[in-house]
Amino acid sequence: MTLDMLHFTPWTALAGGVLIGAAAVWLMLATGRIAGISGIVGGLLGPRGGDVGWRIAFIAGLMLAPWAYRAVAVVPEAQIDAGTAMLIAAGLLVGFGTRLGSGCTSGHGVCGLSRLSWRSLVATLCFMATGFLTVFVVRHVLNVGGAA
Amino acid sequence: MKKLVFAFIGGLVFGLGLILAGMANPAKVLGFLDLAGKWDPSLAFVMGGAIAVGLIGFRLAHSRALAWTGEPRVWPALRGLDKRLVLGALLFGVGWGIAGICPGPALVLLGAGSGKGLLFVVAMIAGMALHVLFARTNSKESGRQQRQ
Repeated sequence: MTLDMLHFTPWTALAGGVLIGAAAVWLMLATGRIAGISGIVGGLLGPRGGDVGWRIAFIAGLMLAPWAYRAVAVVPEAQIDAGTAMLIAAGLLVGFGTRLGSGCTSGHGVCGLSRLSWRSLVATLCFMATGFLTVFVVRHVLNVGGAA
Repeated sequence: MKKLVFAFIGGLVFGLGLILAGMANPAKVLGFLDLAGKWDPSLAFVMGGAIAVGLIGFRLAHSRALAWTGEPRVWPALRGLDKRLVLGALLFGVGWGIAGICPGPALVLLGAGSGKGLLFVVAMIAGMALHVLFARTNSKESGRQQRQ
């Protein structure tokens, strides 16, 4: 392993993390709901239709964030290397997996770990493990995109 | 109405945090997940910052039964570890590793007008819908087994 010092951004990462944590705490204090993005989106598809408004409002806030950011600073470039087939496969797995496992990086990784939940610790270790493993296989075994 | 404003602000700040942190750039996320290449440890700082705030904030929230809207808080009801949690998290990690996108950043990318972001979100929602079908079939199966 070598460190990528060129792209390492500890201060903006930390500050961004603090904002993410603050937003999650805000949502819980203000509305009493967990800021788990997969749960907020998935709840719109569930059998019980109610409880829709705040979900839409939260998603609207997320989607407008790049525009608000642009008003005060330059939005860092987002680079998506995955092609069509990979994006479809990734999206299906992320959608199905987060609903089966009751959470994603925000619900388990941020809110759950902050609440010292065992379930969330196990889930986070699981998705981190297959995340690392998948990138290893894609980049260093199959040699698809971005291999150093 | 108040609840919608609270949720909107929560989503907006969450999204600003994702952008500032670099989480809304899939290439940076993959740089973190690529342990065998040039490793960018930034995302560990994102988690650290978010959880540091979350630990304090969620403790505060746990000590107060009602949200600012006057409603009781909705805490995750599931307890204990099960196969669904582990399998779901493992599948989610594979999808995350393929494209470097998890649900929050996916919505930020969609909001920014990214075509690839749109494709990912459509696939993600399809994956969530598949889970609704899967869960429905599964509960029918188990209902049948219980009656027998």
